[in-house]
Amino acid sequence: MSPNITTIVVASVLVATGTYLFLSRSLVRALMGFLLLGNGANLLYIVASGPAGAPPLVGKTEGPMADPVPQALVLTAIVITLGMTAFVLALAHRARQLSGVDLVTDDTESARIHARAEADDTGSPSARAVSDQIAAEGERTESRYHDGDTGRPARGEDGENR
Amino acid sequence: MTVAILLLMHVGAAVLAPTLVRVLGSRAFAVLALVPAGTAAWAVTQLAAAGTQDPYSERMSWVDDLGMDLVFRLDTLAWVMTLIVSGVGALVLVYCAHYVDAEGEDNVGLLAACLVAFAVAMLGLVTADDLLLLYVFWEITTVLSYLLIGYLSTSQASTRAAKQALIVTTAGGLAMLVGIVLVGHASGTYRISELVAHPVTSPTVTVGIVLLLVGAVSKSALIPFHFWLPGAMVAPTPISAYLHAAAMVKAGVYLVARLAPGYGDLPAWQVVVLVLGGSTMLLGAFRATRQNDLKLLLAYGTVSQLGFLILLLGYGSTGATLAGLTLVVAHALFKSSLFLAVGTIDHSTGTRDIRRLVGVRQHMPVLAFFATLAAMSMAGLPVLLGFVGKEAAVASVIHPADGWWSLQGAAAVAVVLGSVLTMAYSTRFVWGAFTDGARPPMGKPTPPRWHPPTWVLVGVPSLLSLGGLVLGVTSTSLEKVLEPHTTTVTHVAESHEVHLGLWHGVGAPLLVSVGIWSLGLAWWWAQARRPVEVPVPLVPFDAGRSYHHLMRGVDRVALETTGFMQRGSLPVLLGIIFTVVVVLPGVTMVVRGISWPNDVRWADSPAQVLTGALVVLGAFLATRARRRLRAVFLVSVTGYGTAMLFLLHGAPDLALTQLLVETVTLVVLVLVLRRLSGRFPDDPTRLTRRVRALLGIAVGTTVGVLALVAAGSRVHERAGIGLGQRAYDYGGGANVVNVILVDVRAWDTMGELSVVLATATGVASLIFLRDDNLQRAAQGLLRARSRWAGARVEPDAEPVTPSGTSWIAGTDVLDPDRRSTILEIVTHLVFHTIMLWSVYLLFSGHNDPGGGFAAGIVAGLALCLRYLAGYGAELRAALPVRPASLLGTGLFIAAGSAGLPMLVGSPPLRSWVADVHVPLLGDVHVVTSLLFDLGVYLVVIGLMLDILRSFGSGIDDQIRTEREQAAEREEVDA
Repeated sequence: MSPNITTIVVASVLVATGTYLFLSRSLVRALMGFLLLGNGANLLYIVASGPAGAPPLVGKTEGPMADPVPQALVLTAIVITLGMTAFVLALAHRARQLSGVDLVTDDTESARIHARAEADDTGSPSARAVSDQIAAEGERTESRYHDGDTGRPARGEDGENR
Repeated sequence: MTVAILLLMHVGAAVLAPTLVRVLGSRAFAVLALVPAGTAAWAVTQLAAAGTQDPYSERMSWVDDLGMDLVFRLDTLAWVMTLIVSGVGALVLVYCAHYVDAEGEDNVGLLAACLVAFAVAMLGLVTADDLLLLYVFWEITTVLSYLLIGYLSTSQASTRAAKQALIVTTAGGLAMLVGIVLVGHASGTYRISELVAHPVTSPTVTVGIVLLLVGAVSKSALIPFHFWLPGAMVAPTPISAYLHAAAMVKAGVYLVARLAPGYGDLPAWQVVVLVLGGSTMLLGAFRATRQNDLKLLLAYGTVSQLGFLILLLGYGSTGATLAGLTLVVAHALFKSSLFLAVGTIDHSTGTRDIRRLVGVRQHMPVLAFFATLAAMSMAGLPVLLGFVGKEAAVASVIHPADGWWSLQGAAAVAVVLGSVLTMAYSTRFVWGAFTDGARPPMGKPTPPRWHPPTWVLVGVPSLLSLGGLVLGVTSTSLEKVLEPHTTTVTHVAESHEVHLGLWHGVGAPLLVSVGIWSLGLAWWWAQARRPVEVPVPLVPFDAGRSYHHLMRGVDRVALETTGFMQRGSLPVLLGIIFTVVVVLPGVTMVVRGISWPNDVRWADSPAQVLTGALVVLGAFLATRARRRLRAVFLVSVTGYGTAMLFLLHGAPDLALTQLLVETVTLVVLVLVLRRLSGRFPDDPTRLTRRVRALLGIAVGTTVGVLALVAAGSRVHERAGIGLGQRAYDYGGGANVVNVILVDVRAWDTMGELSVVLATATGVASLIFLRDDNLQRAAQGLLRARSRWAGARVEPDAEPVTPSGTSWIAGTDVLDPDRRSTILEIVTHLVFHTIMLWSVYLLFSGHNDPGGGFAAGIVAGLALCLRYLAGYGAELRAALPVRPASLLGTGLFIAAGSAGLPMLVGSPPLRSWVADVHVPLLGDVHVVTSLLFDLGVYLVVIGLMLDILRSFGSGIDDQIRTEREQAAEREEVDA
């Protein structure tokens, strides 16, 4: 199959400019990048579907028909993009409500994880502590499962005398 | 069907259990015990059939494509295991009725449900005749064991212990699944009875069998996985008695016994079974001689016994199998009896520590007697079943076929040494529990709190212990029952026949046994006759600790990877992803060499080049835009240009939809942008912009080259060839794209409808945020609806002038400055026309460009116009329904049209074509998939309405509220 250079160039430019904008901190600008990227990706389907042709309407057009399968794939993508756009805009609006601007700030949680990785702090006790803890737990009395008529036993007492 | 019915009864009981516990309290356990008891009773009736060549079996088809059937088979081995899991299960449930206090704990219902569910999983596991089915039950037991160990306690340690048991046994289970697939695939069947009867030998099967053994070894807590079993002792004692002595850990033993007739002669099998079994028997027994806690003593004893059982059952001779199976029964009886006895001691005194237990024998003579009896069975003393089994075991291993310098010789030594240690820890158990000798020499321990046990708490362990005595005396009949299975294992020739019985004359086995008893007593006297203050490690290497080191290592790797990859900055994270997009295909293309296409087309038409240039220009200028609106319009240019390119390519449906979506996007963007600053808030430095531009160019180039190479290297014909005629013949539509969407690919479309529904809901919740905001919107809707119906609004509502001639609803509340009479009039003139066009698009979409998606957006645009003319009130007047109703109805119709053909026995989504004559309209071509498209139409309108309601009137309301608040503040300030 011989590819169509014009469509490829247009798609590549859309992807390149989309990537550039997508890397922005402004949510709306990133959304612009996303829309460009989406259009570029949809055009790639056109590249893949081969040469241009008549609309895929049986018996209504003449000449070789354009491949209908990629078209069906793109059609739903377009509608999903609309939903996605609306959702990102709602996020941007919410960001403005909370912080006054639609900027994506750095995630503090990630920063915390990063700091913990720097400090080699997995946040869990040592292997020895855990295995000792489990061993100790196995020796605990079970009177709590069967509180009799004498009332609840003094749990602390059992703990001390283990 | 009997097994299936029994399984279903168990499941029903498990479901009812929480309710029963709420109503009856702990007595519910006794009621639930009826189900496993019934199973055991049924199993007893199958005794004769189980031993024959043709035992009870049943089969129901399940997943035909995978060859998976529900196959159950009750042969001798399954029969023995069924009796154990059901009989012990019923007794444990009865015991629980008196052990657990339903008042004090909230999750006793869960405990009851899990216990019964566990019984069903075990029953299924031991009767399943299909490896995949067995695996399903196997994993169910793992999950239930996790719930039972962990859920009953809120302490961190028990959660950790449960997780440890879960991870170890699941890891083994996964290895086992791989093994099952390997064995089943290589042998051509997953049916266990066929696999064992006609074993295939190939390297693949050997690997598969070893993986299956890994599963068995992890489940039965053999070295190196033995540590999870003592950890699991944080579960209440009856659970330990059932899961970790009688039932679940026996699953691994059962699997070894099940596969031994077929694969017991594989060298790899012999190594795994004998080495791991023997060493586990020794290690567990040694650890058991050094425990102060009675339950942990039994736990380590169980580890030891499991090693012993696997060694015997995997040994490969008829005699060893007979001994192993006898000991499986004996172990189930004495170990559960002992566990339950320890539970009773704990219940009555509040402690299980041998240093604190004083006077137990005097207080509970009956329990002391029967527990001692069970401990004697454990030690292998006559005339109990444990003695019979151990005699047979010794007899079967002390004549190793390959001489003493062989694996079997080593196994014999391990069996004898392990039995000596077993004698020692059994003695330690009786001495520690029922005599006062274990008190520390110095100081006076706190006397235990005395709380007399009920008769059940003594009776159940006594009954189980008594079972060992009865079966010991009648062991010759037991041999006849077990024989049909044991004689199938004949891999290792025997020089001496082995039989069950109390007296075989004075021979080597008896002499060895006497030696074991005396040495065991001596060991106890010298080593195990004192409480151990600090356990001395046997080797510096500790399996449990290594496991936790491993887990910490995993945590650490996860942390370091996350810390490295996720710096918290979205641009950086996206940059990493884009870099991968460039690097991976780029490196591949460079290394492998690029195969450029032989010929290319520069363009399909001059118009394409022109439109393409416009799109490129728009995209480039959009990157330079500093003002939001400018960027939005430039991006729209590329969108409209893309629509044009679609049209030029021969895709009118795409062009139409893209055109409409682009318009909607523009409107929505403007609606939101009125709340945002005019310029983009970020102002990246020149360096940042250059880095981004570089990455963008790299990604664009990679994508372009990839597209060129991929499209150029295509040799096959297009997928859509010939689809046209078929779409017309079968789908009943001339528009192939639409037929694909609503017929061929309708399931996908349905999935995308759900995505649309989710985003619409997400948008609404992000804008309205709180329920009361939504309530207000709903009230506005009700008012609009009552106005539609012509009814008067309730008197206390906001004053509305009843303007029947008004063009636009709610004009009186509108700011006169914001009104545009021309727009109002035009809207009213064209609204219905647009709506009609949208309906036309919906109906004609099957044959001409259009369809549900495009039609829905057109309707949305009409609504958009109404909103722009008169804002929220007008929008509500135009379509007084909730977006959620539209979305829900649409998805319901789409899904319903998919399911409807099933009612008449056709596959889902099948469509029919009919030509109907309608007066005035003429002949109408009706296709049932139109119904599906109607669903699509409604969902898209719902999305549009939700968008307009949220970004339009929702934000309007917010602006008004903010303005009022600001005015109030000004008043206060003034």
